[in-house]
Amino acid sequence: MNQVIIPIKPVRKPRGTIKGRTPDPKALAEVRSLLGDAPRRRDLLIEHLHKIQDRYRELSAAHLVALAAEMKMALAEVYEVATFYHHFDVIKEGDAAPAPITVRVCDSLACEMAGAKALLEKLPRILGRDVRVIAAPCVGRCETAPVAVIGQNPLAHATLDGVKKLVEAKAVKHRPGKYIDYRAYRQQGGYAMLQQCLAGKRDYRQLTKVMEDSGLRGLGGAGFPAGRKWKIVRAEPEPRLMAVNIDEGEPGTFKDRYYLERDPHRFLEGMLIAAWTAGIAEVYIYLRDEYAGCRAILEKEIAALQADPPCALPPMHLRRGAGAYICGEESAMIESIEGKRGMPRLRPPYVAQVGLFDRPTLEHNMETLYWVREILEKGAAWFAGHGRHDRKGLRSFSVSGRVKKPGVHLAPAGITVKELIEEYCGGMLDGHAFYAYLPGGASGGILPAAMGDIPLDFDTLQPYGCFIGSAAVMILSDRDRATDAARNLMRFFAEESCGQCTPCRVGTAKALKLLEAPKWNQTLLTELSQVMIDASICGLGQAAPNPVLSVMKYFAHELA
Amino acid sequence: MTAITKQEIAALPVEFKLNGKTVVGRADETIIETAKHYGIAIPHLCYKEGLRPDGNCRACVVEIKGERALAPSCCRAPRDGMEVSTDSARAVASQKMVLELLLSDMSSESYSPNSELDRWAAKLNMGKPRFASRAQPRADVSHPAIAVNLDACIQCTRCLRACREAQVNDVIGYAFRGEHSKIVFDFDDAMAASTCVACGECVQACPTGALASKTLQQGLPARNAALTVADKTVDSVCPYCGVGCQLTYHVTDNKIVHVEGRDGPANHGRLCVKGRYGFDYAHHRQRLTMPLIRKPGVPKSGDFTVDPDNWRDAFREASWKEALAFAADGLTRIRDAAGKMSGKHALAGFGSAKGSNEEAYLFQKLVRTGFGSNNVDHCTRLCHASSVAALLEGVGSGAVSNQVSDVQYAEVVLVIGSNPTVNHPVAATWIKNAVKNGTKLILADPRATELARHATHVLQFKPDTDVALLNAIMHVIVAEGLVNEDFIRDRTSGYAALAENVKKYSPEMMAPICGIAAQTIRAVARLYATSKGSMILWGMGISQHVHGTDNARCLIALSLMTGQVGRRGTGLHPLRGQNNVQGASDSGLIPMMYPNYQRVDNPEAKARFAKLWGAPDLDPKPGLTVVEIMHAAKKKEIRGMYVMGENPAMSDPDVDHAREALAALDHLVVQDIFLTETAYLADVVLPATAWPEKDGTVTNTDRIVQLGRKAIEPPGEAKEDLWIIQEIAKRMGLRWNYGHVSEVFVEMRAGMDTIAGITWERLERDSAVTYPCEQEGDPGQSVVFTEHFPTATGRARFVPADLISADEQPDADYPMVLITGRQLEHWHTGAMTRRAGVLDAIEPEPMASFHPLDLDGFGVSSGGVVTVASRRGSISLYARADAGTPRGAVFIPFCYYEAAANKLTNPVLDPFGKIPEFKYCAVKVKKGGPKPVHSSFGGGQSLHPAT
Repeated sequence: MNQVIIPIKPVRKPRGTIKGRTPDPKALAEVRSLLGDAPRRRDLLIEHLHKIQDRYRELSAAHLVALAAEMKMALAEVYEVATFYHHFDVIKEGDAAPAPITVRVCDSLACEMAGAKALLEKLPRILGRDVRVIAAPCVGRCETAPVAVIGQNPLAHATLDGVKKLVEAKAVKHRPGKYIDYRAYRQQGGYAMLQQCLAGKRDYRQLTKVMEDSGLRGLGGAGFPAGRKWKIVRAEPEPRLMAVNIDEGEPGTFKDRYYLERDPHRFLEGMLIAAWTAGIAEVYIYLRDEYAGCRAILEKEIAALQADPPCALPPMHLRRGAGAYICGEESAMIESIEGKRGMPRLRPPYVAQVGLFDRPTLEHNMETLYWVREILEKGAAWFAGHGRHDRKGLRSFSVSGRVKKPGVHLAPAGITVKELIEEYCGGMLDGHAFYAYLPGGASGGILPAAMGDIPLDFDTLQPYGCFIGSAAVMILSDRDRATDAARNLMRFFAEESCGQCTPCRVGTAKALKLLEAPKWNQTLLTELSQVMIDASICGLGQAAPNPVLSVMKYFAHELA
Repeated sequence: MTAITKQEIAALPVEFKLNGKTVVGRADETIIETAKHYGIAIPHLCYKEGLRPDGNCRACVVEIKGERALAPSCCRAPRDGMEVSTDSARAVASQKMVLELLLSDMSSESYSPNSELDRWAAKLNMGKPRFASRAQPRADVSHPAIAVNLDACIQCTRCLRACREAQVNDVIGYAFRGEHSKIVFDFDDAMAASTCVACGECVQACPTGALASKTLQQGLPARNAALTVADKTVDSVCPYCGVGCQLTYHVTDNKIVHVEGRDGPANHGRLCVKGRYGFDYAHHRQRLTMPLIRKPGVPKSGDFTVDPDNWRDAFREASWKEALAFAADGLTRIRDAAGKMSGKHALAGFGSAKGSNEEAYLFQKLVRTGFGSNNVDHCTRLCHASSVAALLEGVGSGAVSNQVSDVQYAEVVLVIGSNPTVNHPVAATWIKNAVKNGTKLILADPRATELARHATHVLQFKPDTDVALLNAIMHVIVAEGLVNEDFIRDRTSGYAALAENVKKYSPEMMAPICGIAAQTIRAVARLYATSKGSMILWGMGISQHVHGTDNARCLIALSLMTGQVGRRGTGLHPLRGQNNVQGASDSGLIPMMYPNYQRVDNPEAKARFAKLWGAPDLDPKPGLTVVEIMHAAKKKEIRGMYVMGENPAMSDPDVDHAREALAALDHLVVQDIFLTETAYLADVVLPATAWPEKDGTVTNTDRIVQLGRKAIEPPGEAKEDLWIIQEIAKRMGLRWNYGHVSEVFVEMRAGMDTIAGITWERLERDSAVTYPCEQEGDPGQSVVFTEHFPTATGRARFVPADLISADEQPDADYPMVLITGRQLEHWHTGAMTRRAGVLDAIEPEPMASFHPLDLDGFGVSSGGVVTVASRRGSISLYARADAGTPRGAVFIPFCYYEAAANKLTNPVLDPFGKIPEFKYCAVKVKKGGPKPVHSSFGGGQSLHPAT
C-alpha cells in the first residue's frame, strides 16, 4: 500500500457547541433591548444595523450573530449586507475597534481639486489616535469644497484648524439651518393641491396629462417622462408601491439636498400627489446616510404631517442608506430598501412592473417630485415655457469647481456651460481659465472648453459621448488635468462598483490599474471600455469608462 | 388571469431570428436554451441548469437588434420577431473580454481538469490575458471534505445559489463589494468553523474548482478529487436515509473517489454530506474479508469491549464452505431438536432495512419456510412500527399518502417529531424551498431544530405531550366548525366518538400540560384546517413512545377531520429512516405480515404464499418482534438467530440487556460488512457486501422503487448477501436456485400486487418507479387515497386517543429527560459512518446536547465531560451547548459505541406497534467522568490516524 505522509493535525478539542457561531446571551440581550418592539422583518435589516452601529460605533461579530438570531436570518445573510455598506464597521474578534470619532474627508473631484489630498494626509497626525480619518466618496456638498464630515457633521471649506476645532468640541451632529416647516408651508397654501386631489376635485387623468405636457423628466439622471411613468404604473395591478430616490450620490450633485434643506414639504406634497395619481398603497423614501441633516428634517416633518394630516395619507417609510453610491441606481435602491446588498437587478422586468417587494413600483428622484406642485398650480406651459436653444423646461444645475459662485442654479434647460458660468456662476475664479467641464457628474464624460457651446439638456450631449444626468456640472480650469479627473473618477467607480458583474467589478479595477500606469495602453482601454459599456448590468459600469473615453478623444494632448 | 393560462402563454412558441436564421423558442425559456436546441453554444459561466439564472458573469451576452446594450442570453426570454446575434463582432468582443478579465485573475494552479472557464477560453482561442492579476486570497483547507481556493473564484455565485436557493443551508454569502467582493462562509469564517453542513452542493456547482472536494484514497486526504479522472461512473442510489437520492459513483482502481448527485425523483441532483462524502466506509481496512468462526472456549458476555482490530482474540478465519455449513447446521440443529426449548419457534431472524428488497424478501422467506416460524423482524420495529400500526388501522396502508416533493404544492406543512435537516437532509431542502415560495411551516418538536428558523410557528412542546397538543388542536377544529363535513361523511367512519373525545381537551386545559399557549394552539389549528392543502410529515419523535401509536392516530384523525388527505399537496408522510425501511417492510420483514402487509393469520394470504413458495406448512401464528425476541433469548426460549446487517447490540433499548440476550444464544449467525458489536457475540460471522458492491432495488420514503447498481468489487472473499442467504437456505433444506437478483424481483411481483406492474427492464431503464403500480405500464401513483382508502369498507377510520404518560417520569433521583436520536453525519449505530473519513472527522466524539443554562447549572463548560446515568446504565461523554435543547432534557445520539446511549434507554413498548420508548426516559447528569475511549475506529482516526 502506498504510504502517503501527511501532517497529523493535533487532536481537536471536542466541539462544545453546535456548528458555527452561536449567539452570546449578553449580546442577544443588548440587541433585543436596542430593537425594542420594532418588527424583525428582513427588510429592516439595514435599519437595525444602523441602530447597533449608532449605539456601539461598530458592528461586533457578537452583535451581528445576535441580530441574525433575533431576525431568524442566516449569519451569511447578515454579514454580506453589513460588509457591503461603507458606514458599517464590522469588527470581528481580534480586529481593532474603530476610534471614537470618524472624520470622513470627501475625495471626489471637486474636493480633490480644492485640496482634499492635503487634508487626508495631514489630519491623522493632527487629530491623533482617537480620531479615524478616512477618505469618503462625494458627500454632496461640492459647492463648499473641500468638505470634511466629523461624525455626521459636515464642515464646509474644511481646513485643518476647522476640523480640529469641531473634533475637540465633539461636534458630531449636524444641525440643519432654517427651512420652511409644516406650519409655514401650510400657511403658504401648501397641501391645498393634495387636498383637492383627495377631495375628488382633480382627475388623475388630467394631472397626468399636465405632467406629460410640461415635459418634466426624471431629474435623477435617466430622464424618463414623469407623467408617462405615472400612467404606466397606474395600469399595473394593485397593490402598487412608490420608492423615492434621495440617494444623491453622483459626484458633483447636491440639488436634492439643497431643496430638502429649504422646502421639504414641497417635495412631500409632490410625492403624495404622485402617489395618489398612480394609486400607490405605500411610499418608501430612501435617503442617503450622508444627509444626516436632511434625515432630521424629514423625520420631524413627516411626523408633523402625520400628526396633523391635511387629508388621508398613505403609509410613509423613511429608509436610511448606509454609504453606497450604487444605491442611487433605482433597482439597487429597491434591493437596499428590502434590506439587502445594493446590487442592481437585471431588466426586464422593469421596476414599474416588478419592483419593491416584487410589486409594481413608481420610482422617482426627489427633485422630480419637488416640481409637481408648482407645475400643477402654474400649468404645463409655465414649465415648458422655460428653455434656451430650442430646449424646454428648467434644470437645477449643481455647479462646482473653479467658478466664483458654485451652488445650485436653477436655469433654463439647454443653456450652454459658458452661459451658465457667466450668467449664473459669476464667471471663473480669478486666475483660472476655463479648460474643461463635466456636464453630468462622474458618469457624464468630460468635454473641453472649446466644446462649451453645446446646449445642456437630455439628449443633447449623447453625440459627444456624454450626458447631462443629474445636471452636476463640474468646471475644470487650466490648473487641472482631465487625465487626473479621469483617474479620480475611475477610482471612485472601482470603489463603488457593487461587485456583481464581471465587466464592472473586474473592469473598473483593471481600468484603474491601466490609468495609473505612466503611459496609458489606449488600445486595451478602448477595448475594455466598449465591453464595460456593452455588457455591464447597470449604468455604473456602463458609464464608468465615459471619462476615460473623453480624455482619449478630446484631451489627447495630455496623453502625448 | 389564472395560473394555468399564464403557464400556457409562457409555453407558447416564439419565433425569432438567431444569427440570421429563423428559430422557434418558447416564451418561458431563455435565449441560451433556445440556442442550445439549435446547436449554438454561447459561452457561459454563472449559468447552470437547475440553478436560478443570475446573469452576473456576462460571458453569455448577445446582441439584440434595437437594444442599446448587449443582453445576457441566460436571463433573457426571446420575443416574437427579435433579432439576436450570438456571434456578431460586438457580442464576441464582450464574451472574450469577460473571459480575459476572469482569466487574468486565475491562479496558476489548476483545481479542476474540467474548469468551465478554461474550456470556454480554449473554445474561443483566448491567448494570455493582458491584465495584471489581482492580489490572490489565501486557501482555506480547514474542512475535511472541501478545499476553498478563492484564487480560482470568478464570483459567479453558483455556490451561493446552490447553498441558499437549492439546499437552503444559507451558509455561503457574497460579502464586501467591488473587486473585494468575496464568497464567504458565515462571517468570512474558516469553512470548518462555519455552520456549513458539507452537503457539497457548492462543490457540484462550482465551475472552476475554487470549491473542490478533497478525495479520500486509502483513508487519507489526497489531492483534490476533481483532479482524479475516474475509470468509470456508475449510476446508483444513496445507501443512507429513506429520502433515496440518486447518485453517480466515480470509480478509480476499484475505489469510489467521488460521488455526484444525479437527477432522481427525490433529489434532483442534490445530496447531503453522507451521500456525497460518506462512501469510503466500503474501503475501510476493517471490512470483513473472510468468514470467521468463534474460537472454542471464548466466552460470550453482555459486558464486553469490542475492538475490531483485535478480532483474533475471539475468532479464527474459516473457508466459506466450513462457515456456511457451521452456520446452517447450528440453525438446523435447533430447529430439528425435540423438546420445549427447541424446535422452529426457538429460531429467529433479523433482516435489514439497509439491504435490498430482494434480500429482505429472501430473508423473510428463509425464516418462514426454512426456520418454520414468523420470528422475523427488523429495525422498522425501532422506528415507525407504531406509525405503521396506526396507519394500517386508520387508512389501510402503512406507506405515505404523498411524496415529500408534494410540499411544494402545500400551503401549510406541519413537521412534528422530526428533524429533517439532520435525518432527511435532502427532503428538508424541499420543505425549505416551499417555505421560500410562501408555504407556511409549523414545526412542532420539543427541540428547536434548524427548521425553526424557517417556521411560521415553532411549537416547542414539552416532551411526551404529543397527544395533549394534538387533541387540543383537534378540539379547536371541532369547536370552531373547521371540520370538512363532506369528507367526514363520505370518506370516514367513527368521527362522532373522536369529536366527543376531543371535547375534553380544550387548548386552555392543555396549555399547561404541553407548554404551548392556548392562543398559539388555536392559531395553528385554524391555519392547518383552513389551508387549501396541509401536509403532515413526522418522524421518530412521534413514533418512539409508549403512546407512539396514539400519537400517529391523532395525526391521522387531524388530517381526516379536515379532509387534508387524498389530494396533491395535502396528506400524511411518516418520514422513513433507513434507505430501505419502506421496502424491507413491504417485502415482509415483519413478524405478523407476509410481503405487502398480508397478515400471516389471514388464511387467504397464507394460502397465496403457500402456493407461491411451494410451502404448505406456513406457520399461521404471528412471530415475535425485535424486543420480544431479545427477551425470549434471555429466557432461552429463542436459542438460535440469524442476523443480517443489523446491530441490535447497539440499537436496542437497554443494550446491556440486549447484549446479554445475544450472548445467551446457543447459536448466532451474523452477516455483516464489519465486526459490529452484534457480530462480536456471534458464533459465525459471514462477510457480506456493502451497498455499492451489489445490484438490487430499494424503496424510499416516497414509495419509489429505485435500482442500486454495483460499482465496485467486494474486498477479499466477501460475498453478495443474496448469495449468502441462498446458501444458508440450501443447507437448511430449501431448494432455491435464484441466478440473478431480477429473478427474485419477478417472484416478489407475483406476491405483491402494489408492485406487480414494475418490470426489471423498466427499473434498468428509468432507475425509479413509484408504486402502487399494479399493471405493467402504469405510471405509478404519487398521491394515493384520492378516491377511497384501501380498507375493507373503503373508508378511513377515526381512532380517539387519550393521554398516556411516558413509562418512566423524572423524579428526585433521575430528574432529567433523555431524548435519543441521530446526528447529520452519523448513520444509525455508526458502523459505516464512523469509518467514513469525512463524517468521522466532522463528528468524531460522543456528545450530549444540553440547554446552555442547564450546563451552567451543572457547572459544566461546553465541551467538558459529563456522566449521564439512568436506572439501566451510565455513560460519560462530551457536553454540547445547544439552545434548541429544552431545559431539563438531554439529547444524545445513539451512534457512539464508546458512550452507547441505548445503555440508558427504557425497553418498554408501545402496546400496538411494539416500538420501544427511545424518546423518553429519566436520567441524572453529573459533571465529569472518564473520558470516552476509542477503539480502533471513530474519533477522527481515518482522516487523522494516530501515530
